Amino acid sequence: MDYAAILSILEGAIRLATPLLFACLAGLFSERAGVFDIGLEGKMLAAAFASATLAAVSGSAWVGLAAGVGASLVLAAVHGVASITFRGNQLIAGVAINFLAAGLTVLVAQDVFALGGRTPALTGAARFQSIALPFAETAATIPVVGPFYARVISGHALLVYVAALAVPATWWILFRTRFGLRLRAVGENPAAVDTAGVSVTGLRFAAVMICGFLCGLAGVYLATALGAGFVKDMSGGRGFIALAALIFAKWRPWPAMGATMLFGFLQAVATRYPRLDLGVVVVPSQFIDALPYILTVVILAGFVGKAIPPRAGGIPYVKER
Amino acid sequence: MEALPKWADAVLVPLISIVIAFAISALVILAIGENPLEAMRLMVEGAIASTYGWGYTLFYATNFIFTGLAVAVAFHAGLFNIGGEGQATLGGLGVALVLLNVAWPHWTVALAAAVLGAMAFGALWALVPAWLQAKRGSHIVITTIMFNFIAAALLNYLLVNVLKPAGQMDPATARFAAATVVPKLAHILGAVGIPFNPRTPANIALVLALVAAFLVWILLWHTRLGYQVRAFGKSEPAARYAGISPVRITLWAMLISGGLAGLMTVNTVMGEAQRLVMNVSEGAGFIGIAVALMGRSHPVGVVLAALLFGFLYQGGAELEFWTSITRELIVVIQALVILFTGALDEMVRAPLARLFVAIRGRR
Amino acid sequence: MEAGRATSGPGGRPDTAAPAIELRGISKAFGPVQANRAISVRVARGTIHGIVGENGAGKSTLMSILYGFYRADEGEILINGARVAIPDSEAAIRAGIGMVFQHFKLVENFTVLENIILGAEEGRLLAPSLARAREELARLARDYELQVEPDAVIEELSVGHQQRVEILKALYRKADILILDEPTGVLTPAEADHLFRILANLRAEGKTIVLITHKLREIMAATDSVSVMRRGEMVATLRTADTSPEELAELMVGRKVLLEVEKAPATPGRPVLEIDDLRVTDRKGVERLKGISLAVRAGEILGIAGVAGNGQSELLEVLGGYARGRGRVRMNGAEIDLSGRHADGQTRRAAGIAHVPEDRQRLGLIMDFAAWENIAFGYHHDSLYQRGALLMDNRRIREDARGKLGRFDVRPPDPWLAAKRFSGGNQQKLVLAREIERSPDLLLVGQPTRGVDIGAIEFIHRRLIALRDAGKAILLVSVELDEILSLADRIAVMFDGRIMGERLPEATDERELGLMMAGVVPGAEREAG
Repeated sequence: MDYAAILSILEGAIRLATPLLFACLAGLFSERAGVFDIGLEGKMLAAAFASATLAAVSGSAWVGLAAGVGASLVLAAVHGVASITFRGNQLIAGVAINFLAAGLTVLVAQDVFALGGRTPALTGAARFQSIALPFAETAATIPVVGPFYARVISGHALLVYVAALAVPATWWILFRTRFGLRLRAVGENPAAVDTAGVSVTGLRFAAVMICGFLCGLAGVYLATALGAGFVKDMSGGRGFIALAALIFAKWRPWPAMGATMLFGFLQAVATRYPRLDLGVVVVPSQFIDALPYILTVVILAGFVGKAIPPRAGGIPYVKER
Repeated sequence: MEALPKWADAVLVPLISIVIAFAISALVILAIGENPLEAMRLMVEGAIASTYGWGYTLFYATNFIFTGLAVAVAFHAGLFNIGGEGQATLGGLGVALVLLNVAWPHWTVALAAAVLGAMAFGALWALVPAWLQAKRGSHIVITTIMFNFIAAALLNYLLVNVLKPAGQMDPATARFAAATVVPKLAHILGAVGIPFNPRTPANIALVLALVAAFLVWILLWHTRLGYQVRAFGKSEPAARYAGISPVRITLWAMLISGGLAGLMTVNTVMGEAQRLVMNVSEGAGFIGIAVALMGRSHPVGVVLAALLFGFLYQGGAELEFWTSITRELIVVIQALVILFTGALDEMVRAPLARLFVAIRGRR
Repeated sequence: MEAGRATSGPGGRPDTAAPAIELRGISKAFGPVQANRAISVRVARGTIHGIVGENGAGKSTLMSILYGFYRADEGEILINGARVAIPDSEAAIRAGIGMVFQHFKLVENFTVLENIILGAEEGRLLAPSLARAREELARLARDYELQVEPDAVIEELSVGHQQRVEILKALYRKADILILDEPTGVLTPAEADHLFRILANLRAEGKTIVLITHKLREIMAATDSVSVMRRGEMVATLRTADTSPEELAELMVGRKVLLEVEKAPATPGRPVLEIDDLRVTDRKGVERLKGISLAVRAGEILGIAGVAGNGQSELLEVLGGYARGRGRVRMNGAEIDLSGRHADGQTRRAAGIAHVPEDRQRLGLIMDFAAWENIAFGYHHDSLYQRGALLMDNRRIREDARGKLGRFDVRPPDPWLAAKRFSGGNQQKLVLAREIERSPDLLLVGQPTRGVDIGAIEFIHRRLIALRDAGKAILLVSVELDEILSLADRIAVMFDGRIMGERLPEATDERELGLMMAGVVPGAEREAG
């Protein structure tokens, strides 16, 4: 494997990791506040569809972005109403949201475009184009580091850099602000927040809506940057990989970036080498596909460093008698 | 909550939830410029107005009875088995291995062997998450989701690299021997003088599904194990008081649940396709969640809900054929049913309870 | 009786200023249970006011209302003479009220500082708040002997230190009124002494303190005035200096209609249950049973008296087989497994131990199950209930249930009715029918008449006596002293995970037992450690 091939895989890893990272951070906000969310996939899918549709109609990726985020926020609100207001089962609500998105997107896509459940291919300003970072051309001549900068770091769509910046931003919000302190507290012990005079409902809704916002960006990226339009089921299980990454990262922002990069890397490798020949053994791509899930089960089993979720996760808050 | 009589809780609440789900679906149809009543007419016509329609409706319902029962049994133990897809995938593998590797003399023996293979493989795939939940406290919802994906990758690998006959392009096993072909529903009904369209995939597995529903009923309400499963599902502390082992019950409930999910492939792999292809479960594992929620985890309710979803599935296919409404409409209805019967239960129940209190107060 | 004795004294100061707290006619019901009934009380500023009462008397509910955790159905609250509405905890904090709950409301994996500022941060960023809290913490530590390591994580602190954090939380929010709910329940004696020094310091600073406890020793040692609650009502408010533990014990327990139980003297036989140095450690590593040794003989009722939370529950749990313990327990001479593979409820039942648990709704019954299904609960392996190798004989169980329901006068005698639809008394009779009709060698009974109406109480008592007269051994745990006195042939008092001593019912009275339950052994002048 030569250096160019390595660079190409790394570049692919970053592109493929970006939607995972957005969704992973989305789940991080929700679950840190004590609301389990297995509906990341559905919100992402809805956002992908809405953004592709509006971008196709308006010709502007930015209009698409607004629409995608909006669609995801609506589903997040449904999740909030079901699991916070009516204290319903958070897992079942998440499952419902996934199906709602899977069904509605194709139904509406077929109705609007009649292209078999897809949207027209997006071109030009309807997509987020790649951005060349400063000095990428000049730096490319510097050995080793130069091509890395020019080929791997530079040349991605805007949302890739937004995702990268979202990691320190999440960390900062979570660990350096009042909101973050309260959000983490409500996921660990809502009674402590309640008796401290802060609204549990308000905090959890805020977290769920932030989750919706970030899932929206993940979906927008899928349809308007990674791809060029919406295709049926285009999220392809990424919401669940993000969930796996979240557990893998033990609900922390920086490790979330590491985990999603790892999973993105695995996807990039599997795409490039359907049969990865390691000399001693030939690794089938299916194994690499399944690796994120296998790793997550191993982590969950607690054999390699126990992953402890937020203690109040999944439990609707009711004042004890 | 106590204000609600038992019948209202068991029948009225799910019924209202379903009415809401269908009303919203009708609005969706309106919104995309079609007529909901016309859509309903097309679905009825396509799904139950002919024995051809019934054949498909019952074929789908067979799958949903199995997966619905699978989810229901786990629910009774207080466990949310979202891994029906993966367990069905492995079940299909079990059926294929059993039918490909032995030269079965007659379909009856083959069917018995396929049932055992499907159950064993499905149960085994549920066993790992169950063990992790019981012994290591790993959340069963997450592990079963992960096992769905792992199962898909495993099947993909096996079909492409191991089970695909040389020279064949599409990733699928060879066709099963002719001796393993099970009787179609049309033959069975024909034998008792009921004419039925033979060009539908409905087969003897439907009978198997109904037997399974009956056995689940026996299991849950007439055996010691079922008694312990239900007690454990209602209250773990009380179960401990009574000397019921949480580990043992978790394992058994999930083994049975996985076995039932696996069984659906006797219908699809053995009864219809006669070979193992990718995506054996076709989402039926997930529909089982809606079916179990709607059927209140009771075998009778599960069978009825499975019939409804079978009707929706076949009707949806017809709808797609005649209108611009795609069959994803069914997924939307499924989502709304899950949402309203599973997560927004309280939204329906609380006002209903107040209503009952008010009525009683007036008397 | 001196004048003014029945009202709250100002603790030695002239009664000029308005009381710090005044509650007028507070009532609160949880469903059919009236937790507080028309309660009025005044607490003077700069005093420590105790509230005593038995478990379930309504103390915690009353204070949770004052802190805005629950809303009262009726009544009003005055703070420093001004009427205030306290719909939530935020309002309580604004009114200068702080509360230390019995179960701490701390975020366990946060640091001390983070817990202190939670909800009381200044500005949107944490850094300035943390810095200020650190300074303030140092000051409070100096002023009130409230030292804690500000950067320590809560779950790594001892319970005593966690409690300090709760107090610091309240003080950081500038609380003038501090409510402490059973603060010494989880503390060692040394920690408790330290707590009372802190409270004295706070009083000296002019803070008003409400101390909820059931330990009379603490009331006598630490408070200026004391209110006694019984069954949701406030029965008296006294100056501590004018009262005595004996008087308080009497007020707490009340002169209830003493239920006459006809019983012949016991004729105890061989020992059925022998407990030797039984210990139980809970999940947090706190020792709940600190070496219990007891014996129950055939044909006698051994009553365990004590305030709830002193280890009685753990004793029943470990004997019932659903909690683990250490030590030696022998049943009919054979040692039983306390922590191994056979430490489970089925093995215990097979050994002849039946168990009526304290919390019938959480443990004793599956509330959604029909009465007949509950009759088989725990005995689902009984050969009588089987049909062949796999099936249960439901008809047989229903028949059996019908008989048991009838003999125990469960109303309505409908085996199909779900357990949750029976009244408390009939639920209890259902459990008793299941356990007593097995004619076990040993019956463990916890709070047999809690939440049970008078008629059913008498019935239950007669059944227990009948079982005893049939030569069976009964271990009875109850917080109702008169129940223990009228039923037991021998009484052991538990306090803080230990047996304080044994008494014969005819040779003791409520006063003596009340003192022992509070950790004081009269005559011996010995205090429980």
